[in-house]
Amino acid sequence: MADAKYAKPLPRIDEESKGFWEACQRRELVIQRCAACGALRHYPRALCPTCLSDAVEWVRCSGRGTVYTFTVTHQNQAPGFRDALPYVLAYVELEEGVRLLANIVGCAPEAVRIGMAVQVAFEDATAAVTLPTFAPV
Amino acid sequence: MSLLDRAVIAGVYEHPTRWAPDKTQYQICAEAARGALADAGLTIGDVDGFLTAGVGPIGIMTLAEHLNLTPRFHDATNIGGSSFVAHVLHAAAAIAAGLCETALIVYGSTASSERFAVGTGGLTSGDPPDQFEVPFGPTVLNAYALAAQRHMHEFGTTAEQLAEIAVTMRRHAGLNPRAKYRDPITVADVLASRVVSSPLHLLDCCIISDGGGAIVVTSAERARDLAKAPVRILGGSESLCHTAMGRRDLTDMAAKASGPRALAMAGVDHADIDLCMLYDSFTITVLLTLENLGFCAKGEGGAFVQNGRLGLGGALPTNTDGGGLSSNHPGMRGIFLVIEAVRQLRGECGPRQVADCAIALCHGTGGMLGLRHSGVTLVLGR
Repeated sequence: MADAKYAKPLPRIDEESKGFWEACQRRELVIQRCAACGALRHYPRALCPTCLSDAVEWVRCSGRGTVYTFTVTHQNQAPGFRDALPYVLAYVELEEGVRLLANIVGCAPEAVRIGMAVQVAFEDATAAVTLPTFAPV
Repeated sequence: MSLLDRAVIAGVYEHPTRWAPDKTQYQICAEAARGALADAGLTIGDVDGFLTAGVGPIGIMTLAEHLNLTPRFHDATNIGGSSFVAHVLHAAAAIAAGLCETALIVYGSTASSERFAVGTGGLTSGDPPDQFEVPFGPTVLNAYALAAQRHMHEFGTTAEQLAEIAVTMRRHAGLNPRAKYRDPITVADVLASRVVSSPLHLLDCCIISDGGGAIVVTSAERARDLAKAPVRILGGSESLCHTAMGRRDLTDMAAKASGPRALAMAGVDHADIDLCMLYDSFTITVLLTLENLGFCAKGEGGAFVQNGRLGLGGALPTNTDGGGLSSNHPGMRGIFLVIEAVRQLRGECGPRQVADCAIALCHGTGGMLGLRHSGVTLVLGR
């Protein structure tokens, strides 16, 4: 967990998003639900796009999901990623119904399939930032 | 007379270069402006509307200064590569509303000679959703690959079907003396090229070139005594598409909304379209655009693009200049869709001319298909 060595971009955590990232540091995956109309949303934001209410609930997710789509990236010239090739970028569809972007780890990139069951894991990028990743169940 | 029929395209110019290490971006813009105004038979003094994108953070002001323009209408809408298709619509609306009479749309770029990693450079901007994306390594290219993989999974679309799009564009490029890559390729060549981001191979991806272009839009009245026959703007519409709170079907595009509206405004049907100019950042972009515009049903794009349908002489000639896959792609390609359509409608395309081309559809896609993107559809007629 050497901060100075982490070369990939980090999230720019703000007032609207910090609940998500604080949960990741607790090893919890959360998404937002509107307390007024019940709509689930990801990514997090302060106001519900369906009804514009600012009543927010954080829903703790099971962390289980399936791969909705993915790509094995063989070329990315950005620092950090250049050294991590090939890596898997995927949309994971959570049991709760929303999809989030993440990396699939814990298996060979060529083993990843759409529909594959995955479970959240957490990677400490730096002392301040923990990222969600997903691995095959 | 519809709102859009009050404005016409009076002149176009595609910068001939594909490699310009000896020119600046602004020089390419100025040369393109000179070319389009000469094509129209107008002068820089006639320009009172000005539209551009992608020439810098406050590029429209810098470029106006470079050209010594003080337009009374300007628009710097930047929605990625489709921006210039939108600019035609915005210029037409401004002219119809009396905000200006003659609008110049300009683009120029030295992406290739400055070695910009357009599709594979990673993303780092500071917008709110980026923090849920950039840590995981999206690029422009792999964002499109996410949609391609899903389409293959849901509908059985094959790599061979995507490859046929690249092969067709290359065949067209062979008829365009200015195209950057003109040597024919085969489906096997596409499949043998390295996988850049699965399922997309190198030859499924647009090229990077230098280049630029310009378009002059003016009032129908002003166009009556100009150098070339005016090209009519029959209909147009724009749309945006995003992750939709984490629930978007990635095979849906902004084109699904903009296409039907543009056709309805133009009062034409799919069968009336003689030429399609579709943003071809990647082969999947073309296939999905055809489905979303309604040229075929969702999931049927793979079969639709086969057997030469998109080729010259086929039922729906598409990207007759060779497209971004083979002719030119300086980072934002929308302006070239309109330029080629105008030249086809005027019958100026020589060996790649579509016979009796009367109605052309241009569709620009900007941004990233798997994340956020824009779509702008224009229907043009002679």
